[in-house]
Amino acid sequence: MKTAVIVFPGSNCDRDIAVALESVTGTKPHMVWHGDSELPEGLGLIALPGGFSYGDYLRCGAIAARSPVVQAVIEAANRGTPVIGICNGFQTLTETGLLPGALMRNAGLDFVCRDVPLVVDNSQSIFTSAYQAGEHLSIPVAHHDGNYFADAETLDRLEGEGRVAFRYGENINGSARGIAGVMNAAGNVLGMMPHPERKIEAAHGGNDGRRLFEGLLAAVA
Amino acid sequence: MKLRIIVTLKNGVLDPQGKAIQNALGGLGFEGVEDVRAGKIFELEVADSTSDAAIDEMCRKLLANTVIENYRVEKL
Repeated sequence: MKTAVIVFPGSNCDRDIAVALESVTGTKPHMVWHGDSELPEGLGLIALPGGFSYGDYLRCGAIAARSPVVQAVIEAANRGTPVIGICNGFQTLTETGLLPGALMRNAGLDFVCRDVPLVVDNSQSIFTSAYQAGEHLSIPVAHHDGNYFADAETLDRLEGEGRVAFRYGENINGSARGIAGVMNAAGNVLGMMPHPERKIEAAHGGNDGRRLFEGLLAAVA
Repeated sequence: MKLRIIVTLKNGVLDPQGKAIQNALGGLGFEGVEDVRAGKIFELEVADSTSDAAIDEMCRKLLANTVIENYRVEKL
């Protein structure tokens, strides 16, 4: 599967996701610079990595969401190309409007950096097909602004349409209804604060994150 | 033309930073601070010909995230 990783000034998980994607797909991803206005053809997945794009200026992900390449990402997402945004990538996807809601400062005000328990909410998506609904995973987080906010009506809609992919097993950041990852209505865009690309082999302490990419590869290929 | 754009969190959106500031004020001995909401101010120098519609679009497209924030524009 051909994949692309978008690299912004201030991204710092671009290498981690590139290693994870190469390990799972057997092919090096295209690393696409934020100032590019075109994406490679025939992509099976576009990944927006974690980090602190543009220094988190204005709001986390706000400037990245207006960069030239992200306009191409939005068009690709609207054509059905799978897109995953992890951590800062999730913040960026909410800023584009591809995903509803916003990520606010953690309720406890602390930067949280540790493995957290995650619960798979919906295993019927291309991103979660390798998991069982209700399964407990251990995936690391590293963020200051992961407190998911959306109004009650939006939250009800997300839950009603099965668009909550993951919830925290313990609410580490004050997220509404414990939401850790959400999808768009079409199911081809996922944003999540935890870092599955940091749990892809035994040396990472487990492969709970690897299964996300394996499931996606099986679902898309 | 100088503009001042004030961005504040919508009612109902929790503001952990405002809460921390409120607690810090209490810690300094200031009593009766019942609530603090943190926001942002932008000061822009724009061409006099800039239309109100363009200013509004700047706010909606970038300066404020209207999912969580309100904005208001003052012409100085």
